[in-house]
Amino acid sequence: MQLLGIYYYWVFAVLLMIGFYAVIAKDNLVKKLIGLSIFQSAVFLLYITMGKVAGGTAPIYQDDIAGQLFSNPLPQVLILTAIVVGISTTALGLGIVVRIKEEYGSIEEQDIQEIDRR
Amino acid sequence: MSPLEFHLPALQVAVPLLLAPIAVLMRPRGLAWAVATAASLMAFMVAIGLTQGVLAGESFRYAMGGWEAPYGIELRVDSFSALVLLVVTAASSLALLAGRASVDQAIETSRQPLFYSAWLLVLSGLVGILVSADAFNIFVFMEISSLASYVVVAGGTDRRALPAVFKYLIMGTIGATFYLIGVGLIYMMTGTLNLADMELRIHEVADQRPILVAAGFITVGLALKAAVFPLHVWLPNAYTYAPHAVSVFLAACATKVSLYVLLRFDFVVFQQNLLGHEFQFAAFLMPLAVLAILVGSAVALFESNIKRLLAYSSVAQIGYILLGASLVSLAGLSASLLHIFNHALAKGALFMAVMALAMRYSRLDLKHLAGAARNMPWTMAAFVVAGLSLIGVPGTAGFISKWYLVVAALEAGVLGYFLIGVIVVGSLMAVVYIWRIVEAAWFAPAVDESAVVREAPAMMLAVIWLTALANVYFGLATELPRELASGAAVSLLGLMP
Repeated sequence: MQLLGIYYYWVFAVLLMIGFYAVIAKDNLVKKLIGLSIFQSAVFLLYITMGKVAGGTAPIYQDDIAGQLFSNPLPQVLILTAIVVGISTTALGLGIVVRIKEEYGSIEEQDIQEIDRR
Repeated sequence: MSPLEFHLPALQVAVPLLLAPIAVLMRPRGLAWAVATAASLMAFMVAIGLTQGVLAGESFRYAMGGWEAPYGIELRVDSFSALVLLVVTAASSLALLAGRASVDQAIETSRQPLFYSAWLLVLSGLVGILVSADAFNIFVFMEISSLASYVVVAGGTDRRALPAVFKYLIMGTIGATFYLIGVGLIYMMTGTLNLADMELRIHEVADQRPILVAAGFITVGLALKAAVFPLHVWLPNAYTYAPHAVSVFLAACATKVSLYVLLRFDFVVFQQNLLGHEFQFAAFLMPLAVLAILVGSAVALFESNIKRLLAYSSVAQIGYILLGASLVSLAGLSASLLHIFNHALAKGALFMAVMALAMRYSRLDLKHLAGAARNMPWTMAAFVVAGLSLIGVPGTAGFISKWYLVVAALEAGVLGYFLIGVIVVGSLMAVVYIWRIVEAAWFAPAVDESAVVREAPAMMLAVIWLTALANVYFGLATELPRELASGAAVSLLGLMP
């Protein structure tokens, strides 16, 4: 049962692939962006998971910390930055989709390709 | 080291980054351009200062905020970063100096401050990647430069830029996220993000499999960002429909910075620590490099839009750079780093000439440009000089790097002869596709004889010629790039200087 014992990494891998599939397979640009968000969130979970120490508590500086077990705070700090990056990417992506809708009147990739070919 | 010199690595990023929001406030016409150009020129000066220091044998290490590595973020400049820093800052400065008229034409005055501000953010992101010695910090700068470059690429009037940028955004984000996964896996096994520290600690890791997976994720992610064949599909459209000044800047340096990170990771962090990585690296990238050269050049042969043609030629040139690196030898790596410098010179000048043509011609198809050289002889003459450099004619910069590439390939034995064949075929195809443009512009009869087309603006022309002559200069006086490239290759391979 070693494979099930590391189920948290399975969550990461499955989410990653769900997001990746949506990015590749979906025709609708907004759905692509949703897939991209899921894809990125999976990586956030990977980082959060690796920082967790079994039995560890939140790493807050206080009196009487001798002998306490703490989780590693660094991955969480890193991922805070990555979340900001992810939000900016999604926002910019949606902004571009709005502009595409204005110019082409559609947000389906196939339609846009056809209009460009004309 | 004087105090100013000591702070140069931080200033390299801080100057464009801090001036970017100021550029937004410069509403009066032309002021935002002035701020952006000044910031870019200052960054160029800093890069020159750093290069001088590196050539004099100094090593720049800067603990950001006084937190010592490996706990804090470290900035580090060696000859490899100095070489690429020169390319990036010079490309940005020259593109801004030459491109003012072109930007005026493509972007309405009220939105120009925002455009120039985004431009400065691209610049600060790119230089940030180059000075940083921290894997996660590199990711953050990569995303700053990418997000800002999506904005500048989509900034023009051509609506086809929008789907192109969307594709660029999707693929760029996937690439950056792959990189992030790789860095995460390494952090998991080593507990460090500092590149130099990583190199030391990977030795101690008992289970190498996560590191191997990380190497895969990082290589593929960065190859996506660097438009390595077959992951290049975002590049041609993004370069073609971007505002012309942006094409000059990005074509000269954006993919090269990703290649920089790719080489740095593969050589410094993985090469000496993973069993058989040298072979895997070569076996994975060499076929891709060969295909990039052949397919990229072949597609360029049949393109009729000259911007697309040059974009596909860029895909091929990235192949040359990778080909040198995938030989994993001192000669090969120096040749590939030299080609980063020389290709930026040639392609920058070519895209600038295209920008000048676009000032006067509304469509950039070969048949619309027929006879263009009669109206714009100076522009097209510079185009020919830069084109010769791209092909690799002796006496130009392009020749030097291809020569070193051939010499390096000769060291590789039988395989080397095959690679030389590929280089020769690629160069011959370059002759053909450059000739197609030259023929149309110089020899074909003009479509519409009555149309009056003037020469490009004087400022633009001056910068184009400056760049074209730099191609000749660096083809004759090769010490500076060669010394930087071989110094960088020595340090990447971990040899003692």
